[in-house]
Amino acid sequence: MNQGAPAASRLSTLREQRTLAASGRRIYGLVLRYWYVIRSSWPRTAELIYWPLVQMLMWGFLQTYLAQTTSFAAKAAGLFIGGVLLWDILVRSQLGFAVAFLEEIWSRNLGHLMMSPLRPAELVAALILVSLIKLLVAMVPVALLAYALFGFNVLGLGFAFAAFFANLVIMSWSLGLVSAGVVVRWGLGAESFAWLIVFVFLPLCCVYYPVATLPPWLQTVALALPPTYVFEGLRAIVLRGDVVGHLMVTALALNALYFAAGWATFAYFLRSARVNGTLVQMGE
Amino acid sequence: MQKPMSHSYGAPSPPVHVRELRKIYRDIAAVDGISFSLQSGSITALLGGNGAGKTTTISMLMGLVVPTSGEARVFGADMARERHKVLHRMNFESPFVDVPMRLTVRQNLEVFARLYGVRDLKGRIAETAEEFRLADFLDRPYGKLSAGQKTRVSLAKALLNEPELLLLDEPTASLDPDTADWARSKLEGYCCGRGATVVLASHNMAEVERLADRVIMLEKGRIIADETPPELIKRFGRANLEEVFLAIARRGVADGEDTRSTA
Repeated sequence: MNQGAPAASRLSTLREQRTLAASGRRIYGLVLRYWYVIRSSWPRTAELIYWPLVQMLMWGFLQTYLAQTTSFAAKAAGLFIGGVLLWDILVRSQLGFAVAFLEEIWSRNLGHLMMSPLRPAELVAALILVSLIKLLVAMVPVALLAYALFGFNVLGLGFAFAAFFANLVIMSWSLGLVSAGVVVRWGLGAESFAWLIVFVFLPLCCVYYPVATLPPWLQTVALALPPTYVFEGLRAIVLRGDVVGHLMVTALALNALYFAAGWATFAYFLRSARVNGTLVQMGE
Repeated sequence: MQKPMSHSYGAPSPPVHVRELRKIYRDIAAVDGISFSLQSGSITALLGGNGAGKTTTISMLMGLVVPTSGEARVFGADMARERHKVLHRMNFESPFVDVPMRLTVRQNLEVFARLYGVRDLKGRIAETAEEFRLADFLDRPYGKLSAGQKTRVSLAKALLNEPELLLLDEPTASLDPDTADWARSKLEGYCCGRGATVVLASHNMAEVERLADRVIMLEKGRIIADETPPELIKRFGRANLEEVFLAIARRGVADGEDTRSTA
């Protein structure tokens, strides 16, 4: 018995390692599938960069103009352009997640995936990785141009940028999970939900103005959203040079709740689609 | 009718065991309390008109649809709750379910081989490409292939992981007679060679007569016949399975004796 116990433990560890390795191979396989799609079409790659670039140019030139005419804008160099870059991190990451999932519906491939050994958590892990890849493809050239044209170095925010980035992408995945769940349950009729859900947060998260601008009741809503803390944090750094650690901790705690709720929503709708039979009818 | 295999402790589970399986959508019973077991290495055809319950049954065998009641077990695993234990041992093919259009054939096979945990990925893809004559269009996008070529790719995908249970939904639909015959030969060869169990839903009665060693006929979600093709033809007093199917579909008579008396 005494000799058998360590052997059984080793066997169990080995089994877990094999399971993890198999899981990793499946996630990699699916990431590869999305990567092949991105690679197969240059218009898709261009589309990833197009809107962030247009936004950055528009806000960059507006800020340049305002800086020449108002003392506040001159003092707050980087506020608008930083806001737009961070906002685009949230939007591009959410769309990266949601569109990769929609690819499965458009190509009527979701059935194949669901009857393969791929687990829902692995599908989500692959979507998260793909959203990060798309985000890098979209944002790195735009961030470089922001530095070249307007002298705004997003990495100049230092550690705060890493915290901003983490909080925004986690929130985008939560929204991606909810939108994927809604599409699984209601099919392509709910596709526009996946495209538009993130824009509800544009006025609420106070991207370009302080939370205090909102009416009191709406401030409560804004403070329940993790991205609000990111944009408040950006303003705190740019305008006052403040430390934003406490804001980021609050955002991270809220994000944990949102991600859990996003996963629960996705899992619930996936189960619901298996009960209602909509999983096998999905397609264009 | 074949008897279900016993489930005594320690005995190997049958590849498929369906017990009192029922699926109700709102107030319509798509599958209405069917039971059957499949023996290892058998080829079983699910027959029936549109809406008879074939696709719903296959979907429940894959775990894509959760039964309202009863159970569908594959290799002993309840497909409503523990399907991930056995999904790597099965696969599915249907010309009505596409693989990603923008990916090339090679990319598609690579992705699915990874999802199914196929070892020696490149070797297996090369082997499958040769077996299914895919070499000429291996690097073309799947969406640009002809219907026949797409079916060959779908079959190759379905056999990539050398499944012990293969679920086929109209595998030769939209194929010309020559390609359809070739596809049937490939399936026959695979099943004989590997001893795989096959569930086949088809409207092509000649195909069923050739491939299946058992026919389960469904009507309004219920099993109305469960025999070998020759037994079924004999019992209904018809020349072939097509005539049996037509007799049942047109008269809606479940009993063979009744069908004969009204013929």
